[in-house]
Amino acid sequence: MNGVPILSVMTWAPFVSALAIMFFARRRPMLVRWTSLAGATVSLVASLWVYWAYDRELAGFQFREEIALVPSLGISYLVAVDGISALMALLTSIIIFSGVFASWTVKERSQEFYALLLILVTGVYGVFVSLDLFVFFLFYEIAVLPMYLLIGIWGSSAEVRPQGIFGWAMGRTGVGTKEYAAMKLTLYLLFGSAFILVGVLALYVATGSQTFSFLTLASMEFDPALQTWVFLAFYIGFGILAGIWPLHTWSPDGHASAPTAVSMLHAGVLMKLGAYGFVRLGMGLLPDAAVDWAWLVGTIGCINIVYGALSAMAQIDLKYVIAYSSVSHMGIVMLGVATLTPNGLNGAVFQMFAHGIMTGLFFALVGLVYEKAHSREIFKMGGFGAMMPGIATAFTVGGLSSLGLPATAGFPAELLTFLGAWSSEYRWWLFPGVLGAFLTSIYVLRVAKQIFWGPESADPHFQNLPDAQGPEWAALGILVFVLVLFGVAPSLAIGPVDTATIPLLFRLTGQ
Amino acid sequence: MTGDGTFALAALLLHALAFLVLAVVAPLRRLGRPAAWFSILCAAGSLVSALLAWQRHAGDAMSRLVWEWLPAQGQTLATVGVLADAESTIMLTLVALVACLVQVYSLGYLSDEPAPSLGRYYAYQSLFAFSMMGLVLAPNFVQLFICWELVGLCSYLLIGFWYYKPEAARAAVKAFWITKAGDVGLLIGIVLLWRQSGTFDLTEMRVLVDNGALPLAGLSLITFCIYLGAVGKSAQFPLHVWLPDAMEGPTPVSALIHAATMVTAGVYLLLRTEWLFALTPDVLLIVAWVGAFTALLAASLACAQDDIKRVLAYSTVSQLGYMMTAIGAGFAAAGFFHLLTHGLFKALLFLGAGAVIHAVHGNDLPQMGGLARRMPQTTVVFLVGTLSLAGIPLFGGFLSKEEILGAVWAGGLTGPFVLLMMVAFLTAFYMFRVVFLAFFGTPPARDTHPHDPPMTMALPLWILAALSLGVGIYFAVAGPALPFGPAEHEFTSPDWLMPAAVGAAVGGILLAWLTYQRRAIDAATLASALGPIRHAALRRFWMDDLFEGVYGLGLLGFSRLIGWIDRYLVDGVLNVVSAWTVTSGDDLRTMQTGRAQDYVYGVALGLMILLLWVRWALA
Repeated sequence: MNGVPILSVMTWAPFVSALAIMFFARRRPMLVRWTSLAGATVSLVASLWVYWAYDRELAGFQFREEIALVPSLGISYLVAVDGISALMALLTSIIIFSGVFASWTVKERSQEFYALLLILVTGVYGVFVSLDLFVFFLFYEIAVLPMYLLIGIWGSSAEVRPQGIFGWAMGRTGVGTKEYAAMKLTLYLLFGSAFILVGVLALYVATGSQTFSFLTLASMEFDPALQTWVFLAFYIGFGILAGIWPLHTWSPDGHASAPTAVSMLHAGVLMKLGAYGFVRLGMGLLPDAAVDWAWLVGTIGCINIVYGALSAMAQIDLKYVIAYSSVSHMGIVMLGVATLTPNGLNGAVFQMFAHGIMTGLFFALVGLVYEKAHSREIFKMGGFGAMMPGIATAFTVGGLSSLGLPATAGFPAELLTFLGAWSSEYRWWLFPGVLGAFLTSIYVLRVAKQIFWGPESADPHFQNLPDAQGPEWAALGILVFVLVLFGVAPSLAIGPVDTATIPLLFRLTGQ
Repeated sequence: MTGDGTFALAALLLHALAFLVLAVVAPLRRLGRPAAWFSILCAAGSLVSALLAWQRHAGDAMSRLVWEWLPAQGQTLATVGVLADAESTIMLTLVALVACLVQVYSLGYLSDEPAPSLGRYYAYQSLFAFSMMGLVLAPNFVQLFICWELVGLCSYLLIGFWYYKPEAARAAVKAFWITKAGDVGLLIGIVLLWRQSGTFDLTEMRVLVDNGALPLAGLSLITFCIYLGAVGKSAQFPLHVWLPDAMEGPTPVSALIHAATMVTAGVYLLLRTEWLFALTPDVLLIVAWVGAFTALLAASLACAQDDIKRVLAYSTVSQLGYMMTAIGAGFAAAGFFHLLTHGLFKALLFLGAGAVIHAVHGNDLPQMGGLARRMPQTTVVFLVGTLSLAGIPLFGGFLSKEEILGAVWAGGLTGPFVLLMMVAFLTAFYMFRVVFLAFFGTPPARDTHPHDPPMTMALPLWILAALSLGVGIYFAVAGPALPFGPAEHEFTSPDWLMPAAVGAAVGGILLAWLTYQRRAIDAATLASALGPIRHAALRRFWMDDLFEGVYGLGLLGFSRLIGWIDRYLVDGVLNVVSAWTVTSGDDLRTMQTGRAQDYVYGVALGLMILLLWVRWALA
């Protein structure tokens, strides 16, 4: 495979198929789907290859490609992967591959829908593989912006009653509509990326405006004062996308309004962009500040875990439950990162992967349930287990993974994070973490019991509902399989990730 | 081949094979009976393997087979594998035996179940047996916890097997949540212990403890946390509330999971780590007192139940308390002995109760009566189980119960000892209450023509009855020399102990006979004499209400508050910011009047300010 720019193939294949869809597949919905599937398949194969061929003995950044773009400013197209980004790229591939199947039934303007989706995915891959901060930022924006159209056009609205002391403002902004959700998500994330841009430029200037290359920047020692404020800027900027409390409120509305595949991608992969960017830039470039501010990151992570779980428990709309569970699970990621221990960091990266798959599965299932039952109201549905055993089983597996049940990917991730927490400087972080896992078991199984494993609802709308069909099975099957596979054999993921966390932590703590 | 753990591993993997085939090959699963036979075949093979493993390891031959499961920093963090020794292989044999018999029995008991549903049942059963064996053979805390959670999952799935029944769906999540609450403790304990000792491995940790290399600071907290896991799983007060509700599952499930095997996992955990608990006598004292209290509480609740399965469920809770008390007294081997005999006769009792339920189509004791003539076989085996449980000489539970009482006395725990003697009396009473009400006495008006169960159900019953009796007779002849446990844990019971314990049991039987058979004592009078206690027992000592309240009002209420805060305050602030932005945009728009004069005024005003500022700056 030498000589094949495998990372570029992986990154640009979705983009090329998006172009193909726009130019050649007008009014031919089946062609749209097959073209998208082809693009996603190329990326999947490429990322599997990268993951498999990544040399763990050698470690470091591999599959490097470099093309100078603007030499005078030090901007170049520099892509490479290490253990963490290889796993994240694999996650992206799995989600988009099953996302294509999950949106098979989109009727309205499917051509534009798929094209935007694929462009977004190219942005995601680009963020994971680029090592040039300027290009990184470009990809980051590409990943965020199509969301506005995807939610605004293909989204769905929810009912939210304005009340409380700020009720007037809610009425004014149109809470609950898909337009509101799309606008809120986009503005919030762009607000965050402004912080990132400022941080990136500050580092660029501090090095004498020579290069945007991550590799060069990572070998510099920045001034502590500069580190502090750039670190905090990165924390806010990436943190918004990672859903840190209290900057998370775009996530429930956004995820609930987005169409199925978009929720899958957004909660499954885009939130990971935030955590990934934070680890890569925040910790990789600013080690001193990362150590100094770990207390803040970890503590807010703990708040996320417990607060997100309790909020999820209070929801009556199925999609909101899943969205808040993402807020809770991203807390585990941030907690693991903040422990600054090998186990904690491995756990955090594993949790990014595990949560990506499980939340992708969840949103796919919610989409299916909505499509069959035309309802997202948990307490109106009931007893679907007998009518749709496949969907019910997949939901249960996802739920079990979410509560950290062994033999699903959620368990090793949480275990490693907890081990890290207790080895860290702030041992008490362990307790909110474990409590969060317990609360998750309550809200997830409560929902599963109400909708699937309980007495049948008397509502005539919910009689004789079909199970998943055709391409839908593909999405569920892949995600469930991956979830169980990585739970049974976690070393599949931890192996490569471990090679990347060792040097990172060495820089941070000297161990 | 001697002592290399292969047979133990084979016993484990056969069930894994059965589960995988049934889970993945959907067409086979949907066929029902063929799937069941496949599973039974694997279970039988597993039983043979387990017996061979037991034979290999009955002495001191210990063997370990491990593989890396989780790496960290280029080294191994956690492993999976098997640790086969005398304790684990004998437990393995019990699990394999009961699992195999229950699978055979289920074939008859669930004969009316639709085929796909039957296949699902056997898939769960195989998964359970696999997980339970993995727990029993676990060489380290990580695998132990993995399997610990998996058996909890199977318990959840099988309690909720008839998920369309509201009570079953409720009981399933209740069981999961309450045991999970205990598991929070267990997980914390494991993490803390890992930090303290630097390993998850039981063998390595044992070496550390034997060499005195394990720091003792904070160890009490760790063992207490681990004990919390056992409290949940083994239904100790106050987390015992899930077990009686778990009876909503099919009766063979209750026999296997909620009587013979899974619920004893907590006892087994403490047994496996007794050398660790021995370092923290304060925690052991808690174990003993909670165990004895649980035993008494559950025994008194068992007396007030009208549902035959609930009587047995509370009886299980009570007997688990017995085992825990022995461990708390520092004689884990005695508790383990009772665990094994209890596994046999309690499985027998549940399967016998299942035969009765199958015959009369109901669980209610008042709806039964006079079954001895209609179901003679069932009556005989049920009596064997009852006499074992009551601790009558020559029956299975007799010696193990004596051992526990002797151990508790030798441990100097007079308080728990007195409680346990009261439980011995109550146990005999409530069990014979069941026997007299169900099998003797007058048949109810509504006659359903009950009859003995078919062969698939009768055979396991007879095997278990023979084993219960055989174990009792064997130990009566050979003396209570346990084939396991360290020799220094020997003790001698006082001479008055056996007559006293048997006397208590006979007293209980007598009272039951007088009340429910001779009717010399009116049951209603007895009930009113115990007025407040009976009332409290009928309300289950308000424990379930307490949990209900904590869940419904405390947790759900608090979550609604957080949800409200998130939606209307945290997000509200954001909405205020955006609303202000929109509003101020609207307001500022009015400045754009579109009239040229206004703009000229504006320019003039700006110019004036600029001039003033320049003058001020220059001055």
